[in-house]
Amino acid sequence: MKSWRISSIRRGSAPLLGALGALTLLSALLSMCLGAVSLSPGEIAAALLGETGGTAAQIVRYARLPRTCACLLAGSALAVSGAVIQSVLGNPLAAPNIIGVSSGAGLAVTLCGALAPAAGALTPLAAFAGALAAVLLVLFISEKTSASRLTLVLAGVAVSGMFSAGVDAVVTFVPDALTGYSDFRIGGLANLAMARIVPAFWVILPAMLLIFSLAGELDVLLLGEDTARSLGLRARPLRLGLLTLAAALAGAAVSFSGLLGFVGLIVPHIMRRLIGEDSLPLLAGCALGGAALLTLCDLLARLLFAPYELPVGVVLSLAGGPFFIWLLLRQRGGRVHD
Amino acid sequence: MIELKSLSAGYGGRDVLHGVSLAFKPGRVLALLGPNGCGKSTLLRAALGLTPKSGGEVLMDGAPMEALSPRERALKAAYLSQSRPVPSITARRMVLHGRFPHLSYPRRYRQEDQEAVDRALQWADAADLAHRPMGELSGGQRQKVYLAMALAQDTPTLLMDEPTTFLDVGHQLEVMAVARRLAAEGRAVVMVLHDLPLALRGADDAALLCHGRLLICGTAEEVYASGQLDRVFGVALRRVETESGRQYYYG
Repeated sequence: MKSWRISSIRRGSAPLLGALGALTLLSALLSMCLGAVSLSPGEIAAALLGETGGTAAQIVRYARLPRTCACLLAGSALAVSGAVIQSVLGNPLAAPNIIGVSSGAGLAVTLCGALAPAAGALTPLAAFAGALAAVLLVLFISEKTSASRLTLVLAGVAVSGMFSAGVDAVVTFVPDALTGYSDFRIGGLANLAMARIVPAFWVILPAMLLIFSLAGELDVLLLGEDTARSLGLRARPLRLGLLTLAAALAGAAVSFSGLLGFVGLIVPHIMRRLIGEDSLPLLAGCALGGAALLTLCDLLARLLFAPYELPVGVVLSLAGGPFFIWLLLRQRGGRVHD
Repeated sequence: MIELKSLSAGYGGRDVLHGVSLAFKPGRVLALLGPNGCGKSTLLRAALGLTPKSGGEVLMDGAPMEALSPRERALKAAYLSQSRPVPSITARRMVLHGRFPHLSYPRRYRQEDQEAVDRALQWADAADLAHRPMGELSGGQRQKVYLAMALAQDTPTLLMDEPTTFLDVGHQLEVMAVARRLAAEGRAVVMVLHDLPLALRGADDAALLCHGRLLICGTAEEVYASGQLDRVFGVALRRVETESGRQYYYG
């Protein structure tokens, strides 16, 4: 495993990224074609290019296309967000759903649904604010205690628990707060309308571009606080800025997908192993890998027990849980950046 | 040139460094000596503004340090930290990070940066390591890569905190030779060292710290002659003239 990882660092990441790109395209195509009704690529192309009549066109436009877009968008946003959070906090166990970023966004979305059900376009912004609150809380705790990695994760779990309890409390009082979400608490991507995805897209795109443009800074941050600062990096504002962008990504994803776990944890870990820690290829790999993984999991969720559907969060957790446990066993007493 | 004027600094309200005045002179190798915990590392960190000062002043080319941006400071002095994480990237990529302060956002490495990296790798005798992942290197090899990164920064002053730990005797002497070559180019080199014979033989000047105060600073010869080293470290340091110059040993 080790030599395999190292040889890929040496070889350069271009072929790997190419393969990931192809995998993402393939999974998107499969996601458009397969489901309760199978469609041919030709039918899909026709539907996308403007043919409006017929059942096939209806399925493509109102079910498959929004769902596939949602998978690609949420997968890449959560994976990149996880990679950034792990790098900035120097903590391999940090991820949006573990340190409370996702549940912070979730609480904001739930409150939004309870108080202003009509303001759909505002949901991604509210989710961003909730995610940001969680990330700042964790950052504050980490700086106050100059916390060990374990303390930081524990603090994150506490923050996550508090926000999740908030979600439950709101839903108890306003049962309709989360109507329109198939499975908010475990994450689901069925029955999404394009109108819900588009506002999130406009949050995710700029945040993603900014993060990619800061890849050089992220690289230097990985050298440790002292070295980074001696190289002229303003470490504190940069940390804050990067975490804010990560919160924007996770928040926007949660605003339409619900509390999807594990994408933000597993994908960055797989990519670190495959690509190494050079930030630009790593982030690109996370964006592609996250999109492909979530799309494929969603496909499984649709097909495994057809015509019944599992929420995609269930499939992800069933696959992600064992992986996470394996990681914990391996990481026992390990270093920050393996 | 970096000058410290009665500089005090510490952590959490407790001073570790008390009123130290010292200049890092161009063209000289200065060895920073003293027992563990006497404030050597704090001195280097405070000189760069990495640890906030509680009194006194740091002048960089005559200007107070606070007047300079972090990037301007990074163009004046490079720093080899004692904590050296090992990200899984190649050694060459690592050294390239030394060019960071020479670029502005968004960072695109230019031809001259690549050339500076090649030069630095040569100087640090790490050219053969360039394409190997950091995680695969031994402690001593990683040390060379970190040294190359500091060299790639291409600054008039270099501050190195224990650059010879993890290195065998041969490589320790090589680091000292690199320091001498840098000084010959007119740069100021400051090294925290624990090996007194190596320091006295290789450095032009020496500064001895004890309990956060500067006891003596002068040429290596003067510091040896003062007898303070014997007192502070509780050893008997002796010297012998040999064909290849002066050698120091513990008597």
